Amino acid sequence: MTEPVISVRDLRVEFVTRKGILKAIDGVSFDIMPGEVLGVVGESGAGKSVTGSAIIGLIEPPGRIAGGEIRLHGQRIDNLDPEAMRRIRGRKIAMIFQDPLTSLNPLYRVGEQLVETILTHTDLSPPAARARAIDLLNEVGIPAPERRIDGYPHEFSGGMRQRVVIALALCAEPDFIVADEPTTALDVSVQAQIIALIRKLCRERGTAVMLVTHDMGVIAETADRVAVMYAGRVAEIGPVRDVVKHPLHPYAKGLMGAIPTLEAEAERLVQIPGSMPRLSNIPQGCAFNPRCDRVFERCRVERPDPDTPRFGLEGEAPLMPGHRVACHLYTRNPVENAS
Amino acid sequence: MLAFVIRRIMQSAAVMLAVALIAFLMFRFVGDPVNQMVGVDTPQEEVARLRESLGLNDPTIVQFGRFIGNALHFDFGVSYQFRQPVTRLLAERAPATLELAFTAAAFALVVGLIMGVYCALRRDSWLAQLFQAISLIGVSLPTFLIGILLIYLFAVVLGWLPSNGRGQVVKIGDWWTTGFLTTSGLRALVLPAITLGLFQMTLIMRLVRAEMLEVMRTDYIKFAKARGLRTRSIHFGHALKNTLIPVITIAGLQLGSIIAFAIITETVFNWPGMGLLFLKAVQNVDIPIMAAYLMLIGLLFVLINLLVDLTYGLVDPRLRIAMRS
Amino acid sequence: MPTPTPEEVKGLVGGGAGSPVIRKILDSDILYSFRSSKLTMLAATIVFLCFFGALFAPWIAPFDPFDPAKVFLSDASIPPVWQQGGDPRFVIGTDDQGRDMFSAILYGLRVSLAVGGLGVLLAAVIGITLGLVAGYMGGRIDAIIMRIADVQLTFPAILIALLIDGVAQGLFRGLPREQSAIPVLVISIGLSFWVQYARTIRGSTLVEKNKDYVHAARLVGLPAPIIMLRHVLPNVIGPVLVILTINLGLAVITEATLSFLGVGLPPTQPSLGTLISIGNKYLFSGDWWIVAFPGATLAILVLAVNLLGDWLRDALNPRLR
Repeated sequence: MTEPVISVRDLRVEFVTRKGILKAIDGVSFDIMPGEVLGVVGESGAGKSVTGSAIIGLIEPPGRIAGGEIRLHGQRIDNLDPEAMRRIRGRKIAMIFQDPLTSLNPLYRVGEQLVETILTHTDLSPPAARARAIDLLNEVGIPAPERRIDGYPHEFSGGMRQRVVIALALCAEPDFIVADEPTTALDVSVQAQIIALIRKLCRERGTAVMLVTHDMGVIAETADRVAVMYAGRVAEIGPVRDVVKHPLHPYAKGLMGAIPTLEAEAERLVQIPGSMPRLSNIPQGCAFNPRCDRVFERCRVERPDPDTPRFGLEGEAPLMPGHRVACHLYTRNPVENAS
Repeated sequence: MLAFVIRRIMQSAAVMLAVALIAFLMFRFVGDPVNQMVGVDTPQEEVARLRESLGLNDPTIVQFGRFIGNALHFDFGVSYQFRQPVTRLLAERAPATLELAFTAAAFALVVGLIMGVYCALRRDSWLAQLFQAISLIGVSLPTFLIGILLIYLFAVVLGWLPSNGRGQVVKIGDWWTTGFLTTSGLRALVLPAITLGLFQMTLIMRLVRAEMLEVMRTDYIKFAKARGLRTRSIHFGHALKNTLIPVITIAGLQLGSIIAFAIITETVFNWPGMGLLFLKAVQNVDIPIMAAYLMLIGLLFVLINLLVDLTYGLVDPRLRIAMRS
Repeated sequence: MPTPTPEEVKGLVGGGAGSPVIRKILDSDILYSFRSSKLTMLAATIVFLCFFGALFAPWIAPFDPFDPAKVFLSDASIPPVWQQGGDPRFVIGTDDQGRDMFSAILYGLRVSLAVGGLGVLLAAVIGITLGLVAGYMGGRIDAIIMRIADVQLTFPAILIALLIDGVAQGLFRGLPREQSAIPVLVISIGLSFWVQYARTIRGSTLVEKNKDYVHAARLVGLPAPIIMLRHVLPNVIGPVLVILTINLGLAVITEATLSFLGVGLPPTQPSLGTLISIGNKYLFSGDWWIVAFPGATLAILVLAVNLLGDWLRDALNPRLR
């Protein structure tokens, strides 16, 4: 069996504030295989982006990694010194940000930014780096790259800028890319193109991707597996079709129910009552328990861990391997179930 | 671009016209110019003839036109105190003031920039905190008090540097004199330049710090970090370049203030510049010098403003586009 | 909709005793923020002592430095008491005329604070009036006032003060300096510092004038000046308090600078700046105390006022630039 590119174990990230310690990430674990796209979904503040920042080593004070491990090809990277981590960033792990309008330095030509990144991570000569930059622009689908390479970011449209951002992420052929809401700021028509591009590059190069988004449609189209996050924890993780079609966690069910489909267009969108707790005020036990319509005593006391469900509820379809859920509904004693 | 330049030049001309109007009103109505020129025993007919020959009986608007016409030829009349053409008095003293002002500006910019960048990058270090405290005191201390303090320390107690004058100067060309070429000239420049530049230095330091902290929070800096660019390149390439744009504006505008503030420094150090001349003019109500100095400073401010606006466009590619349209 | 009670109508039409400033001070955590900052408390104490000393100078000061009968040249240039040759009567020494430095500083403080305070008040009155008129009337009046403000803002205040001072001296030529100095300084400072008030007030007036209570007042048929003064003004005056405090420091510096430059208060009626200017002449002969104590007083006063102003700005947070 192949080794995962990225392996996260029991990751905890905290933010030290005047009002106390906020647990932004609390015990998150997952693996990503080469060439695999892991979608990460959840509401804002669920810890999706923080997880991405933690992997790439860009948690800034007052935040800090408080525990757990992050491994890249089996080697720990969460405890590297800043200089060693910098060498990994861009070369082994790259990141794509949400807003292409603000991720490019407005005062530098696109080519300058590409060439600088290439020169930082490779031994290429400046002319060779420029040639490679043109190749990259071509690869991400920018027309007339020889000419556009000398343009400034503001001369590109939003979609084209996001292509430039992707080209910048690909400069050193990384093994793993964190894509933090790469399509949120784009027009709907452009979104599909960018998603297709990420998917294509991922296939061709065998790059693993962690795709952070709150758009379930994007996940369904792009991801191989999906992790549903809630209040800094993984609620459910598994193959994308399985999770989308047969969500187990009550929160995931609500989330999937909120996807508008063509058939259900006329119906009112499903809403999950209430809102996610503040990080300063996460309830004991299962973080979702105050909003859950199937809550029972154990949920308020004991925190569930993501695990393979023992009992399909209501005769659910057979589960695919690797589908795990953090919910007492699926781990509890069948006797209690009857009560 | 051209339209933008023309529009800015028109605006500048309008401001200059307003300044000229004030200068003219001062010149014409504050103290009768004729009374300044004649003695007590000058006969009335003589006074009337002088009045007529100076054109003081013409309509005000005609006089204003003539004032502007003369100003365009750098003719501001004759100083009441010195009985010499104002233009020549100012030109003689301009090199002293300009050399002082540029040295002070260079000092303020370089030191302020370094301190500001340091304070932004090492925000929590004790040195950064110290710089911050110094800047607060620097803003609160009046310039003349700083000058006195420096004189007392370095001239009186330690005896390292001279406390007044320009030292030995060298003549360059017809009218320019420089203190840059002699040791005593350079030594004489140190204390006044620091005194004059200190306030602007703290200003630039605070500005650079605030601006750079802002830039360090932007997405493109985060993205640059995520691409694994070298820290030095991120700090001194990407972040600093973006920080400098607003700093250029303020620093440029401060150059004008430095020349105006030179009045105080020149008084403290008895520096033979235009500021000292202007101060004597104020003390003795020598209106022609005051009017000419006002016009000069006004012109300087307008030119600097114009220049800053235009360079702004050269540095920031986004504005280049905006100006073209 | 129920008929509003008289109180509600008053609230709607704005102003009255429940001025937003006072309410803000009582409601916000200003008191808390004040007590939690030791530096601010120290600054407030210093400012209070300075004002107190200035106000009661004739009673506190051990000598009257302006009574020729009590000032003897034989007492001139006595160093502070802890130095050799010090005299216990003059704790921080005497100046070149034989005046007690401590008394001279108290009287100087009195003059400096009076000129600075009146100056910023005048600036506030001019600025608030012009800002209100510009914001409320709009149109050409607004354009003219704000253009003047823009042009003036490009020049440093000290230069404008110097110019105005020069012009005013030309106009008051007949008067002796003792009589003309204070009014000329107050006018110079007032005309140099009005712009910031005008800009701030205009900005908030533009917002307020479209609110319901102004419309209501206009519908009732109140004349514009009454609406501006009784209804708009109380709602836009908040930030002025902060500008006043910050500008007081600047005004005191400006006055001191002008006096130091010899166009402010004459030596017979010295402010802190004049005292420093006098003392500066004796720096080289080693009589450091003549300049050091007035200088330190000025520096500490301005620093304290600035600290207080900074704190007030952060506490009220009226989004000043």
